[in-house]
Amino acid sequence: MLALQGAFASHIQALRSIGVAAVEVRTPAQLEDVDALVMPGGESTTMSFLLESNALFDPIAQRLNQAMPVFGTCAGMILLAKQILDGRNDQRCFGAIDIDVRRNAFGRQVDSFEADLNVAGFDHPIDAVFIRAPQVDRVGDSVTVLAEIDGRPVLCRQGSTMVAAFHPELSDDRRLHQLFLDVIAEERSNT
Amino acid sequence: MPGRFAGSLSAMSSESLDTSRATGTVRVKRGLAEMLKGGVIMDVVTPDQAKVAEDAGAVAVMALERVPADIRVDGGVARMSDPEMIEGIQAAVTIPVMAKARIGHFVEAQILEALGVDYVDESEVLTPADEAHHIDKFAFTVPFVCGATNLGEALRRISEGACMIRSKGEAGTGNVVQAVRHLRSILGDIRAITQADGPELFEWAKQLRAPLPLVQEIAETGKLPVPLFCAGGLATPADAALAMQLGAESVFVGSGIFKSEDPAPRAKAIVEATTNFADPAILAKVSRGLGTPMTGIGMDEELNVSFEDRGW
Repeated sequence: MLALQGAFASHIQALRSIGVAAVEVRTPAQLEDVDALVMPGGESTTMSFLLESNALFDPIAQRLNQAMPVFGTCAGMILLAKQILDGRNDQRCFGAIDIDVRRNAFGRQVDSFEADLNVAGFDHPIDAVFIRAPQVDRVGDSVTVLAEIDGRPVLCRQGSTMVAAFHPELSDDRRLHQLFLDVIAEERSNT
Repeated sequence: MPGRFAGSLSAMSSESLDTSRATGTVRVKRGLAEMLKGGVIMDVVTPDQAKVAEDAGAVAVMALERVPADIRVDGGVARMSDPEMIEGIQAAVTIPVMAKARIGHFVEAQILEALGVDYVDESEVLTPADEAHHIDKFAFTVPFVCGATNLGEALRRISEGACMIRSKGEAGTGNVVQAVRHLRSILGDIRAITQADGPELFEWAKQLRAPLPLVQEIAETGKLPVPLFCAGGLATPADAALAMQLGAESVFVGSGIFKSEDPAPRAKAIVEATTNFADPAILAKVSRGLGTPMTGIGMDEELNVSFEDRGW
């Protein structure tokens, strides 16, 4: 669990409740010990700054090149995108999934919302919480869209990378965290 | 509990563009506070300062006309900032912008909500507008943060709808002692409550002048139902790490940054210290060569006004 800033504690709680040995990652040494990474919601500009100051950007980029499974929510999705729109000019991203993401596209906090969201393969909707959420502006051909709202993709997967524009860690529904475990298992069986 | 839309989604066609949505629910309001955890919220008075704060990795800025240290010096009535000034700061940064309303001044809060600020701070740093009543925060879509010196005050604010609590400390002093006192008081009482039995919880609720269900919830979970941040008098990276090690989940730094000799490096160092709060080697590294911190005021020196006593 990337624990530089943001809602990492809620994610860890969610992961542990489904039997994952989740640990906090703040240093390159801690990164070496994990099989997969979750990037939480928070402020993506802050996390970009801390990825550099804690010397984590390049090691994470290297692991992503080696197909380390990763799940990014909200700010985590922004960091994993190919291109960030309406971000800061110096903001870097990992390009682990072929999407372009626009920051704060759903508006300010008064526009933040929760909604029942239909997810491909789920028999009933999840309660999805959107906080100053980013929007996916462009989706590459190799990306699978698993859920959308108003025709805008909000849950996507490309190989070992999964991203959500919302916050599964803020609700009690664990199906998305479980889905990420399935992604990890699937990627393992493929190699 | 979060107010959820009751409408059945399954009844809607898959082509429908409009999904039922609920704004301003407890989950959505507390959610933004969750996103600010492990971060630094910085007081700024100009768009330029807001940019310095964002560059330094602040998770949010607090837009105000004067930092608490100046409010303390200037005296007089301190009010909500000019909307033009708040809009200038909103235009300058991409991170959340907070602003302060006077205690009980629900019209200032309405104006801040209309401006689209991301969080309203019902703050003791401004001159209170109501000597008995705080704002009914459930009446708003925008979430509120409130200060507290002890657990009872925190729970009363939560029962009024606050979605984030900050320990008050003593703003504008550059002295961390009150922040530590308030954090220890809140967290110490929480720890004691987790050991209490049923009848003792009734007594705790009475002593704290707080709603029993909230006291019972704390006994069960061992934490406040909303994030607990620390504010009031933090001036150095070590101060921020101290608050985090004591159990705060984020820090507010007011006068401590822009009243110091060299704000930008200090702001960055405080951000790094807040993330790496448990790593003394990193704390030593980021604390080096930051120039002179704000001068500060000792608690035994004469305070012209004690902000912490405001709020009921």
